[in-house]
Parts: sequence; structure tokens; C-alpha cells
Amino acid sequence: MAEFTLPANSKIGTGKTWPAPPAAQRPRRFRVYRWNPEDGKNPVMDTYTVDLADCAPMVLDALLKIKNEIDTTLTFRRSCREGVCGSCAMNIDGVNTLACITAIGDIKGDVRIYPLPHMPVVKDLVPDLTHIYAQYQSIQPWLQSDSPPPPDRERPQSIDERAKLDGLWECILCFCCTGACPSWWWSGERYLGPAVLLQAYRWLADSRDEKTGERLDLLEDPFRLYRCHTIMNCTRTCPKGLNPGKAIAEIKKLIVLRR
Amino acid sequence: MASETRPLSPHLQVYRWQLTSVLSILHRAAGLALAAGTILLIWWLVAAAIGPGAYAGIRDFLGSWIGLLLLFGWSLTLYYHLCNGIRHLFWDTAHGLELPQVYAGGWTVLAATAALTAMSWIIGLIHWSA
Repeated sequence: MAEFTLPANSKIGTGKTWPAPPAAQRPRRFRVYRWNPEDGKNPVMDTYTVDLADCAPMVLDALLKIKNEIDTTLTFRRSCREGVCGSCAMNIDGVNTLACITAIGDIKGDVRIYPLPHMPVVKDLVPDLTHIYAQYQSIQPWLQSDSPPPPDRERPQSIDERAKLDGLWECILCFCCTGACPSWWWSGERYLGPAVLLQAYRWLADSRDEKTGERLDLLEDPFRLYRCHTIMNCTRTCPKGLNPGKAIAEIKKLIVLRR
Repeated sequence: MASETRPLSPHLQVYRWQLTSVLSILHRAAGLALAAGTILLIWWLVAAAIGPGAYAGIRDFLGSWIGLLLLFGWSLTLYYHLCNGIRHLFWDTAHGLELPQVYAGGWTVLAATAALTAMSWIIGLIHWSA
């Protein structure tokens, strides 16, 4: 059953307001979700002020500046700082995106930053992705084929067959889409969510994969696939411009057409 | 994915409302409202079957301002659910799911809902007053 409110241990309190840097030319406030697993308290929103005149343009730049210069305990994931690794996925200004490719200048007013929605929090902006990774593993995301490959070369694929994977292989598994899906919020224990279903379709669409039937058998389930109600928050939020909602519709269509 | 020890990150509380999610929850709400509206339809049919006295009762109720307000709400709801339902059927062919199409379709559904509701009431009120 969907729980629309936060559990008692998850209600967010008011946190600390850190002093603004002296003589800031373009001060901007960042309100950041904080939770420390070691102090036994509820999450809070801390407020930091960053001088944008002395900060690189992206939200990740501001978070790094806060961590380097104001509060070293602020915890978040980041790696590539250019939108290819998916580590810095978080909820910024009300939508899920990658902090490294979100310009501070595009956000009006205070910059509000939360972890990806409806996930257990490890610390501050770091969500626990264990369950999502298990869901990803459940779709067996690797090439499965009974026919042996040609002895001296890779498995051949025509240009058209390869083109069917465009818009699918680019997914970086940041899980912005899954964390934006109300259906996954309410039924995520069993509903696989948009990111994992996009990957499921990536293998269904691959001309080299020979387990299409088995893959569809696994997905043909009231929860795993059909909790998708085409809300389309997933496609709306994908920082890579991919379309998980359409991939899910294609899976539903494959199941109808094989009858 | 509730956890005993870890807090759950905020979801509805912080996620920005957008056309995608708003139209989806409205579709669900419209379905519920229409189910409730069926009771009124049954009441109307039963009253018509019982006889002129009973029918006069519901006719007076539906002609009152609260009855008209309810009817207006249900007609709006019916047209929204109908138009958005057609959008969902179209989506089931795996077409119209690119983001610009999703937004264009969403606004079209809202415009069609407004137009159909207005048209029905204009026609209905002309006949009623005639």
C-alpha cells in the first residue's frame, strides 16, 4: 500500500545555517539534505551560502566548494563531473538530475538539493542502491545466446540491427528516472522501475540475443512490468535525454504481439 | 524499500509537479469520481422506473444549484477520462511517447476536455430553457 507521508524517522527538520562568506559578490543559498547515521537524529536541511562569483557554473561545483571550504562532512557521490558516470544523481530544484551537468544559473531562488527520492539514505545525499542493483541483476543484463559465435570474429549485426540499440545503450544507470517514478515509489519492492525496464528492452532489442521469449516470460507479471502507468516522469527527468517510458511501451507491445 | 535504520528520502514532498504526473493522477482521480457518479446515474434510472413522484424528486435535485454543480463536475470528469483514455490507448501502440508529443498530447486533452464540456452544457442549457 502506498504511503504518501514520510516515516517518523525520515521527517526533515531545520538544520544549521552556515555563515555566508564575507564580502560575497553573488551570494546564493544552497539548502541541502543532511543525515548522519551516527548521531541518531532525523534528517535536516542545512543552508550554505556560496559566492557564485568565485565558483564554477554547475551544481556539483558548488557542492564541491561547500565540501572543500565550508563543511567537509557533506557527503555525496561524484566521479566524472561530465555526465557520463551517473554518480551525482540527486534531486535538484524538485527534479532528479545529475549535479555535474545542471547549471546553477538555470535555477531560480535557493537551490534545494535532496537525495534521489524514496530510497533509504546511507548518508546525506547518498542513497542505498542495493535494491535497485538487485532488480537490475534480475533481468540478466548480458547477451544470452545458444548459437556459438563465429570462430574468428565477433557476432555480426547489420547497421539497421545495431541502430535499434541507439537510445538504449547510452543509459548510465544513474536511476534518476526510477527515483522520479511514483509507481516505483509505491510498488518498488516488486515493480522494476523505468531504468531497469529500459535495460530489459535493450536486451530484447538486441538482434544477437536469443532469449527474447524467456526475458518476456520474466517481465509478463502484474508488478514487474505492468505497474508502469505511463506517467512519463521518467522520460521527463532523464539527464541523458533517453526515453524509458517508450522502451516500456515497446516491451508491453512485444508481449501482446507474441500471443 | 523502507528500512528500519535508515531514513527514507523525501518523494512526493519534494518532487516538482509537472504535466506528466499531474495528468496521470487526475486520470486516476477522474476514474474514482466517475465510479461515484454511477450511483447518481442508478438513482436516476431507479427513480424513473418507480414513477412520476420519485422522478420529480431527482429532477428537482439535479435542477438545484448543487445538482447542476455535481453534473458539471461529472461531465468534466467524464470528458477528461475519455480524452486521456484515448491518449493512453494511442500510447499502447508505443507511439506518441517522445517528450514533445507527450506534452502536446497532454495540452490537447485538456483543451478537448474544456471544449467538449462547454459544448455539452451550451447545448444542454439551450434545450433545458426551451
